[in-house]
Amino acid sequence: MSLWRQLSRGLRVLIHRDTADRDTADEVRHYLDQAAAAHRARGLSAGDAERAARLELGGETGVREQVRSYGWENTIETLLGDLRYAGRRLRASPAFTATAVLTLALGVGGTTAIFSAVNPILFEPLPYPQAERLVALTELHRDGTGFPAGGTFGMYREVLQRGRSFDAVAVAKPWQPTLVGSAEPERLDAQRVSEQYFRVLGMSPIVGRDFSASEDRLNGPKVAIISDGLWRRHFASDRAIVGQHVTLNGDPYLIIGVMPPTFENVLAPSAELWSPLQYDMSQGNAWGHHLTTIARLEPGVTVAQAARDFSSLGRAVLQEVRPETYDLLTQFTATSMQADLMRGVRRALLAILGAVILVLVIACVNVTNLLLARGAYRRAEFALRAALGAGHKRIVRQLLTESLLLSALGGIVGIAIAAVGVRALVALSPVGLPRLGAIRVDVSVLLFGLALTTVCGLVFGAWPALQAARSDPQRELQHGSRRTAGGHRGARGALVVAEVALALVLLVGSGLLLRSLQRLFAVSSGFDGAGVLTMQVRVSGHRFDADTTTFRFFNRALEAVRRVPGVIAAALTSQLPLSGDRDEYGVHFEETPTRRAETYGAFRYAVSPGYLETMRIPLRRGRVFDEHDGIDAPRVAVISASLARARFGDTDPIGQRLRIGPPNAPVYSIVGVVGDVRQLSLALNESDAVYVPATQWFFADNAMSLVVRTRGPAASMTPSIRAAVWSVDKDQPVVRVATMDDVLAASASERRFALVLFEAFGLAALVLAAAGIYGVLAGSVAERTREIGVRAALGASRRSIVGLVLRNGLTLTGAGITLGFAAAVVASKAIVAMLFGVSRLDPATYAGVIALLVIVAAIACAVPAMRASRLDPASTLRAD
Amino acid sequence: MDDANTDVIQGTMDLLILKTLSLQPLHGFGIARRIEQISRGVFKVNPGSLLTALQRLERAGWLDSEWRDTENARRAKFYSLTRTGRKQLDVETADWTRRVAAVGRLLKTES
Repeated sequence: MSLWRQLSRGLRVLIHRDTADRDTADEVRHYLDQAAAAHRARGLSAGDAERAARLELGGETGVREQVRSYGWENTIETLLGDLRYAGRRLRASPAFTATAVLTLALGVGGTTAIFSAVNPILFEPLPYPQAERLVALTELHRDGTGFPAGGTFGMYREVLQRGRSFDAVAVAKPWQPTLVGSAEPERLDAQRVSEQYFRVLGMSPIVGRDFSASEDRLNGPKVAIISDGLWRRHFASDRAIVGQHVTLNGDPYLIIGVMPPTFENVLAPSAELWSPLQYDMSQGNAWGHHLTTIARLEPGVTVAQAARDFSSLGRAVLQEVRPETYDLLTQFTATSMQADLMRGVRRALLAILGAVILVLVIACVNVTNLLLARGAYRRAEFALRAALGAGHKRIVRQLLTESLLLSALGGIVGIAIAAVGVRALVALSPVGLPRLGAIRVDVSVLLFGLALTTVCGLVFGAWPALQAARSDPQRELQHGSRRTAGGHRGARGALVVAEVALALVLLVGSGLLLRSLQRLFAVSSGFDGAGVLTMQVRVSGHRFDADTTTFRFFNRALEAVRRVPGVIAAALTSQLPLSGDRDEYGVHFEETPTRRAETYGAFRYAVSPGYLETMRIPLRRGRVFDEHDGIDAPRVAVISASLARARFGDTDPIGQRLRIGPPNAPVYSIVGVVGDVRQLSLALNESDAVYVPATQWFFADNAMSLVVRTRGPAASMTPSIRAAVWSVDKDQPVVRVATMDDVLAASASERRFALVLFEAFGLAALVLAAAGIYGVLAGSVAERTREIGVRAALGASRRSIVGLVLRNGLTLTGAGITLGFAAAVVASKAIVAMLFGVSRLDPATYAGVIALLVIVAAIACAVPAMRASRLDPASTLRAD
Repeated sequence: MDDANTDVIQGTMDLLILKTLSLQPLHGFGIARRIEQISRGVFKVNPGSLLTALQRLERAGWLDSEWRDTENARRAKFYSLTRTGRKQLDVETADWTRRVAAVGRLLKTES
């Protein structure tokens, strides 16, 4: 009741302020009248009574103000008054307001966008219950590049039986079945997973049930769980789909469950269907590294304990089983799943986050600078208000309100920029950025942006406000003219120095990244990708159960492609360089009189004849494959120059024998040595490779990449080449269509992503710093008009006046560069991981950036300098 | 008498207003005069404090107010006690009596 009264009365006062004021005035007036009347009744004259009443009760206005200031609504009113006044002040100088708001919006918007993008990856826990208990079990090989190798089924089985730290363990591998339903055949992204996969993640189907142990056995029942997305898209959210069959790769699969819409599958974000792994141990690749292993820790077990447990377990297994695919120095380790997911991108993202925070700092410095300049300009106004009785508190509050309003405006525009920026970031994001689907401007990010703006507002509102409050109104009024130099110039100079220094740090960062990318693309990939179109062709379904059918299909498809007009050469390969494919096998060399038997990890390419020629991979020794190296011909292999050197040194490897993969695999004779090719990344010199004719491999790969060298632009040939493949069999999916140039560019997408952002930030920083220098010098010239006029009148030449201003500006720039240089030397450590072929202290980059800054600063100085030189001494002196 | 403290004892303004209005509705000056008369000049009421207190009590729901025209063509705001106001008066009276009794006992034992 009373709270309601409080609110309603307060609101009524707020809305009908005039009526409320009149009521108060009437009541007070009536009170005084009555008091005077009481005095008159005791015999005083009317005038004396009035005076007595006033004397006794205090002035009418005072009483009215006291009564009027009661209630919560008055606090709001004062605030609104301050806001209205601040709004008027900001409207009165639109150039200042626009610059400040835009500067802030860029800083806050940029930071919010970047924070939105990195938050789900770096800071948010994974979207699973007790996500901190999820770990990835990884294996690092002795000669590894730091990239862990995939897990093996053998090791998974051992962990499942003997591991003590784990509540649940699972392995998964990608799968791309073709779904045939009522509509068009559709190739799905899916996963084959071991039975406990969903238990590890702590998720279960919302409709139907999870897999059972009996289903994850070789030749077990064909069952599948589908994602919410697939359920909606393909089955119209029909709950009755559970218990029905769908056709995948020609086999009927029983759908047993549907995952909830909230389920985010971070290991394979695009997967829409899961089926039990049903691992075939008889194929002899139980110890092949091609699975992802994850586990959920027992409650109370730390990641470090789990890592120790897995490590000792792994070593014990190596001792007992001695699988040939393992190096005896393999390290087994458990890392939190989140750390494992962001391993490749963490440093780049942190560096980008750091860079954008620098931009924000520069933006804040710039706005502080603007406010200081404005504060100086308005000293007379504040002095006047102080002289009229406004307390320091009141003036400080007014200025704080003004800067808070400014930062609120900047925050609103900034959030709009963030919304656009997040979309741009997702579009630009590098291949393999995890949790892309979770990137959005969410509430926490919004709050982050708003908190940031508020803090900015308070920080850069405080300084000018304190300066203004400290000033002595007497002196200010006497000096009233804005032609006298203020003591704040030192502070503004310091801010410009800071801006230049920060800009230098950012520019050095982008310069180093730019040079890295140039160096990277100057690295020879080992093949000639210009004019080459690639696409992946897959076979699926029971028709291809027999390897010969698969070989026949690929062979006929290749022939069809070769007949397409405009095709110079075409070939097939099981893995495509720089495409993200990674297919490694142990290559076992037999004992020779001079060397013992050895195993090397190498990339395995099962190729059609003509692959090496189509890709123009140079032949170093011996010969390449030809049409005679068929399925029944003697088995032959070509190895890379690096592998030849590692095993044979300078001796001739031709005619030597090797075995690839499991101990029961066939033996090949080396017939040729070819140049090294970068498979994983241009930056990684990991080129040990072995090529075999696809028909001589011990199974038929069901996905092959077609490489086609064309006359004219490669991309335009896509439709006719795809049509040629489908002319052989229209049901086989063709995916991953790209020119080899695109593949090459995408392989460096993480560096490019970082570079684009650093360039954008560097540019923003440069512009802001230039604006800062210009602002300070222009302000100082305006303030020193009188001094310059006097100098000119006393005979100073135009040149000496230009020199005076330039010297002033370049001194600030020089100080900024010196400071920034030192900062950049330290800060560049943060991006070392992303550099390639260039030192973080690369002199050329530093020199270039410094030169750029000096030029930009000189231009920013030139305008005020020219203005100063054109001042007319007579008119400046007269103006006083 | 000139030096005597005539301020209303802190925290008793509400009680004094409520008690005064329990007899009949009054306007601001009427309340002040009644308090001064009944207290025989011990308390002098500051109009700013009184009018602010009246607003507060009204918002608390203890008082109602009504504008009435007076003889010299001015409006005056008359306050009256609401039912909750009456209850509040009982509460505050009891509270005050208890305290005065306690203070009285203390003073007695001192002497």
